[in-house]
Amino acid sequence: MNILVCLKQILDPEIPARDFRIDAAKRLAEQGSANLVTNIFCENALETALQFRERIGGAKITVLSYGQPSAEDSLRKALAMKADQAALVTNDGNNNPDSLTNARVLAAAIRKLGTFDLVMTGREAGDWGAGQTGALIAEELGLPCVSFVDTIESVNGKLRLKRQTDTGWEVLEAVPPVVVTITNDEHNVPRIPKVRDVMMSYRQPLTKWTLEDLGIDVSEARAGNTYYEVAELFIPQKETACEFVTGDTLDEKVEAFARRIVEVTGAM
Amino acid sequence: MNDVLICLFSSAGFDKAAQGLAGAGRRLADELGGQLRAVILGSEAESLALEIARVSDAVTVADQAELAEYQPETCLNALVELCGEALEARAVLLANDTYSQEIAPRLAYRLGGSAVGDGVEVSARGEHLRVSRQVYGGKAQAVIELKRRPAVVWLRARSFAPPAHRETPGAITRAALDIKPDERTRIVERKRETGGEARLEEARVIVSGGRGIGGPEPFETELKPLAELLGAQMAASRAACDAGWVPPTWQIGQTGKKVTPDLYLAIAITGASQHMAGISEAKTIAAINTDPDAPIFKHSRFGIVADYRQVVPLLREKLAALQK
Ligand SMILES: Cc1cc2nc3c(=O)[nH]c(=O)nc-3n(C[C@H](O)[C@H](O)[C@H](O)COP(=O)(O)OP(=O)(O)OC[C@H]3O[C@@H](n4cnc5c(N)ncnc54)[C@H](O)[C@@H]3O)c2cc1C
Repeated sequence: MNILVCLKQILDPEIPARDFRIDAAKRLAEQGSANLVTNIFCENALETALQFRERIGGAKITVLSYGQPSAEDSLRKALAMKADQAALVTNDGNNNPDSLTNARVLAAAIRKLGTFDLVMTGREAGDWGAGQTGALIAEELGLPCVSFVDTIESVNGKLRLKRQTDTGWEVLEAVPPVVVTITNDEHNVPRIPKVRDVMMSYRQPLTKWTLEDLGIDVSEARAGNTYYEVAELFIPQKETACEFVTGDTLDEKVEAFARRIVEVTGAM
Repeated sequence: MNDVLICLFSSAGFDKAAQGLAGAGRRLADELGGQLRAVILGSEAESLALEIARVSDAVTVADQAELAEYQPETCLNALVELCGEALEARAVLLANDTYSQEIAPRLAYRLGGSAVGDGVEVSARGEHLRVSRQVYGGKAQAVIELKRRPAVVWLRARSFAPPAHRETPGAITRAALDIKPDERTRIVERKRETGGEARLEEARVIVSGGRGIGGPEPFETELKPLAELLGAQMAASRAACDAGWVPPTWQIGQTGKKVTPDLYLAIAITGASQHMAGISEAKTIAAINTDPDAPIFKHSRFGIVADYRQVVPLLREKLAALQK
């Protein structure tokens, strides 16, 4: 079984709102003192792949990223988590390419890397949250796609994919090759690699390509905006003045809190 | 052509999402000077078709046996045919349910269009459509310009107002489709989570718990009785879902449910931007948290700084007394 997992490096999405700034002209967030991290859903995808490999007793896992040179760190961390090999396509163009550009570049790199039974992405990235890359990779590769998967098993040559829905969950059977997008669940919380393994990972080979290596329309990929473009970016002001309930004792405060609840919910 | 097409699945009926989707479609079609057409996929679509016909110009129902229940590849193929051949639409709008999100980008790809999701506003700007959406985990708002036609957009449908009825309802026709079932993937099991959280999006009052709740038991013993008193649905932050304390269907936020209650009571939830992204349309947010600096208070109309383990039992008593 050959598995490919796409990883995106993003600005740490957990920085508090008060430290978040944007560059309105570039229509991008400013990095400031925030770290760059691997998108959590991509790590959930890698964790799901690692567990699947353990369950079926062997598979080759390749990790792939399209991004700035710093995205190498995300790939090294993935190697430390015990992915087998890694490839980076360096983006020297639009730093926030549209979803179709990302999918085209990744699909071209996937074709160059070989044939895969399972191509995995996160359901969306924690920065722009477009939620399209996996689905568009499927289209580029002519494969079916299943979204919001949290568990993968293998039964009689078919894949059994458990996925989350609005109202519960579903199980799908899929004949590989297939693209799946992964969502979080209590079972695929990413493992933390050992510090030693992270250090060792920097000695492992890592394939590096430029857009020119992929045989795609490079100028279109660099522009990265023929599918959509960010026309405006701003930080909405939406703070509310919170009324902290008052009282001499907790009992009085809770009483006041209860009254406020009854006010907004009306007669119950 | 300036027509707008809306795509719906019959299974959810004419719920708040279907109404909002129809409303968004109607207003966009009016803005563009085109017609509003609807495509409904799935079995037992009659009542939904009648409702949608009252607010649109034409409704096509695709209820063939192969489409009775959603299957990703087969439904996508059918939608491509319906959207591609039936008309050259300017925009195709969908709601933000699991199935719509799953196929919208692929539908755009096959129609040669551009997709964007989680839209809260859609409007025309010259040749292009522009869609507003939250980005960076709800910390910023972006306006995305779609470069290709048709623009395929999945919307936070429940945030849009329903449309007015038209004098003459649109015609309802059954789609003539040559369906080729695609067996490469197949849904073989469907499970509804019990406990009523299926209606979370329609709930008027929501009692929600976070990591500070500390385990699964207090959701049962403390929050549930409170929710029952308030006639509320229960929900949670991602941290509480990831811990396995409550089902993933309870998750509110950027990657969970987007809800619109009159009251959202956040208990032991920090109020991370990704969580707030799911409750930006809540009328009133109230919070119980031990940390006076928790961001949740910046979004709350009222709050109490205290341990929920002391507050909640008292609160139940007080509410019960006030309800008498
Ligand atoms: C890409 C991405 C997507 C995400 N999507 C979502 C999403 O959809 N939904 C979501 O919720 N999160 C989401 N998150 C996670 C989000 O960033 C936060 O990590 C998460 O919401 C934190 O949950 P919490 O507030 O329950 O936990 P914590 O941040 O741990 O907060 C616990 C709170 O409980 C309070 N507390 C502790 N004990 C008590 C007590 N006894 N009484 C009262 N208060 C107490 C603490 O003061 C604290 O404020 C996402 C993150 C990323 C990166």
